[in-house]
Amino acid sequence: MTTATSTADRSPAPQLRRPLTAARLPRWAPAGIAVLSIALACAIGAGAGLASHLQWGVIAALLFVSISYGVAAKVEGHRQAKDRFFTSLVWTAFVLAVVPLVALLVYTFQQGSSVVDGNFLNHSMRGVLSSGPGGGIYHALLGTLQQVGLATLIAAPIGLLTAVYLVEYGRGRLAAAVTFFVDVMTGIPSIVAGLFILSVWNLALGFDYSGFSGSLALAILMMPVVVRSTEEMLKLVPNELREAAFALGVPKWKTILRVVIPTAIGGITTGVMLAVARITGETAPVLMLVFVSDSINTDPFNGPQMNLPVYIWQQYGYNNQYSYARAWGAALVLIAVVMGLNLIARGIARWRSPKTGH
Amino acid sequence: MTSSPPGVPRETTEASTETSPRRRSSLQGNSRRGDSIFRGASAGSGILLLVIMAAIAGFLIYRSSIAINKDTTSFLTTFEWDPDNIQKPSFGIAVLVFGTLVSAAIAMVIAVPVAIGIALFISHYAPRRIAQPFAYLVDLLAAVPSIIYGLWGALFLVPHLGGLNSWLDHYLGWTYIFKLSHPGAPARSLFTVGILLAIMVLPIITAVSREVFRQVPRMHEEAALALGATRWEMIRTAVLPFGRPGIISASMLGLGRALGETIAVATVLSASNVLSLHLLDAGGGTFAQNIALKFGEAGSVGKDALMASGLVLFVITLLVNGAARMIVARRKEYSGANS
Amino acid sequence: MAKRIDVSGLSAYYGGTKAIEDISMTIEPRSVTAFIGPSGCGKSTFLRTLNRMHEVIPGARVEGKVLLDDENLYGSTVDPVAVRRTVGMVFQRPNPFPTMSIYENVVAGLKLAGVKKKSVLDGVVESSLKGANLWNEVKDRLNKPGAGLSGGQQQRLCIARAIAVEPQVLLMDEPCSALDPISTLAIEDLIGELKERFTIVIVTHNMQQAARVSDRTAFFNLAGVGQPGKLIELDDTQRIFSNPSVQATEDYISGRFG
Repeated sequence: MTTATSTADRSPAPQLRRPLTAARLPRWAPAGIAVLSIALACAIGAGAGLASHLQWGVIAALLFVSISYGVAAKVEGHRQAKDRFFTSLVWTAFVLAVVPLVALLVYTFQQGSSVVDGNFLNHSMRGVLSSGPGGGIYHALLGTLQQVGLATLIAAPIGLLTAVYLVEYGRGRLAAAVTFFVDVMTGIPSIVAGLFILSVWNLALGFDYSGFSGSLALAILMMPVVVRSTEEMLKLVPNELREAAFALGVPKWKTILRVVIPTAIGGITTGVMLAVARITGETAPVLMLVFVSDSINTDPFNGPQMNLPVYIWQQYGYNNQYSYARAWGAALVLIAVVMGLNLIARGIARWRSPKTGH
Repeated sequence: MTSSPPGVPRETTEASTETSPRRRSSLQGNSRRGDSIFRGASAGSGILLLVIMAAIAGFLIYRSSIAINKDTTSFLTTFEWDPDNIQKPSFGIAVLVFGTLVSAAIAMVIAVPVAIGIALFISHYAPRRIAQPFAYLVDLLAAVPSIIYGLWGALFLVPHLGGLNSWLDHYLGWTYIFKLSHPGAPARSLFTVGILLAIMVLPIITAVSREVFRQVPRMHEEAALALGATRWEMIRTAVLPFGRPGIISASMLGLGRALGETIAVATVLSASNVLSLHLLDAGGGTFAQNIALKFGEAGSVGKDALMASGLVLFVITLLVNGAARMIVARRKEYSGANS
Repeated sequence: MAKRIDVSGLSAYYGGTKAIEDISMTIEPRSVTAFIGPSGCGKSTFLRTLNRMHEVIPGARVEGKVLLDDENLYGSTVDPVAVRRTVGMVFQRPNPFPTMSIYENVVAGLKLAGVKKKSVLDGVVESSLKGANLWNEVKDRLNKPGAGLSGGQQQRLCIARAIAVEPQVLLMDEPCSALDPISTLAIEDLIGELKERFTIVIVTHNMQQAARVSDRTAFFNLAGVGQPGKLIELDDTQRIFSNPSVQATEDYISGRFG
């Protein structure tokens, strides 16, 4: 056996018996290649008169990846070159992602910041010419607040209770069905949710456009998100806590209300806030169900309202420089609201995470 | 990602069965009543959710059947969308199926590799000082509303893509797909929509894949490194195989978003009922975009017709989600076998 | 093919904290050297500096020299990937790649090195699995997932995977700590056979194990919590366990602390 072993071992040996030392590119090489490719790309772009900077970027990325590979293959050998190749690809992916995402934020801020002021925030579009300057988003802000608030009032309790059911009581076929359909609901396109409310609420039951019917569609979109996140949070609550409460003779519903939910409340709140942030940005169902309005309508149960995303859509549709400016202004406010909600949600998550207890 | 870890719910169920005798034997009817009320309320919510889902499906099917019965042409193969024509209502989803699938496919082809790259960057390549804030930024970008992507796409991306499009036309025009019929026209095409959708779903796919890559047990990575693997080889042998189910479900999540995206597509695309393989040319349409655009002026048949198209979209997203879950479930038993 | 290791003045850090300080020792080829000592004394850290696995942890770094037959592993032109090819490693918990079959696990290292010929790979799989005393147990199910084996078999699979790339040195980081006594015995027998071909360094918590398998034993200790670990003494195993020259070693071995 030993001889068989050693002969078999010998055969791949040439490839394996490599010296420990190998030619290595200096540490600054990737950075150097990056600078070189960008410089070359600029030269090529300017030389060929390519108008779009996107093209310059594509050239730079291609140059970076191929020079990295080529140089490494020459100096360090095949395997290292492959490693460098993928390293450069990963870095390129990073840059590729940063550019549009940051561009989006910066562009929105640039365009929007000159528009947003006190007047913009506390005036509606009533009596403002769509092709003229002035006007504001007060009616849209108000509408967003009411619609999202109502949607949350509907969706959060139902979602929370459903999650409690799934985690604490759920067994058998009903629980399996609920779990399955929550997953299905997560995938409902927002426009389909809008169509559904339209067919039931407006067409079948005969209600007219109102903020509330928009809230119903938003609630449908919000529910599965709340169920999912709450479920995850409740599962994180250690079983020992429940058993400790049961052992003290506390009935199950009190255990859930007094022990389980308070332990997970940080995470649950985070989930709800993230869901709120998501529906705040929804346009399509609201456009379909709430319609549009240029003036302030404080009654969400009666008549068309406005809403921030729909406002952006409407102003974009007017297609002139003043309406574009208003659209950007509203976009900036909307981003600020959504990101604010996200930051608060994450703050809560960090402040009261279930693992550290409280 | 959406499916729950198998062990956890069972444990809680056991806990509740264990305690139910205690609860029953309790002499305080008060607490028992509280229990049944609370239990009823939570189970009722679950049932309500089921009812809503059933109602969604039921109403959409009912409305759609009305519309499809009135359609004088084939619902599946007709190009134009003219349901409110009183003499001869004719409408079909051929253009919409094509546009929806093609734009989502373009988005996936671009977004999935880039998202995997970014996720690897955050989990394995970036210096820690960059990785954390960048991961945070990506998470925040996942929350940017789609109308803003749409606005940005129409007013920033469309003008900037002109150069790239003429380039594609110049070098790849022979493929037919990248042929520009009207050079210089604004790039309000399915291709642009695909790019925009890619940018929109990038943060979601990245966020999920990153979490999966982070969960790769360190010992598998070290096993690869100790065998003399370079960093890329380590990722290929240890990280990617382990993360494959996660990447797939992340991609499906992104695909679901891309298929159902409405307002960003409606903002960017210059729609028409033309089905063309010239992806760079303006025209075409998607389900969601078509609903948003046609809804305002739709009559009663028109609304039902839009619901029929919504139902098809719903079924497509259902199939995508179902496929994702099946793939993940099948892979799980193989890859998550230990540790 | 086994090589001698000469360590001089080696210190290792995790970020700002020093884990081990100023270690110098010589490890003889074709022998088993055991590292013993209380938890946190840096024996595993030291082991990982011998194939540059230490630096895999973010923020970790090393000072000093490790000579493998006169070649410094920490020389500026040395490729850490080549080092790890030459100095193989077996970990505390068995870690076969979960997505790979038994066969693929064994040839994973060779595949990375670009060996593709089926006949060569087949030969290596057989010889490595035989070398790890696993061949008879798995030869009929080479295409089954490696994760389906028992813990002891998985660990022997990992050893087969490590020796398949023909390293000069084999490092073992508490290879039996997650195993039952029978599997432990199998691995210990295997170590006795492997030392004919490799230089073996083994970290162990189990002093009987060190006494059973090793030719030489190094005792590590630390002055207190937060202090770096140090090499107290290195000697023939027999001497360490019968008549150590340092009092601390005797205290530790006789169970007076640690």
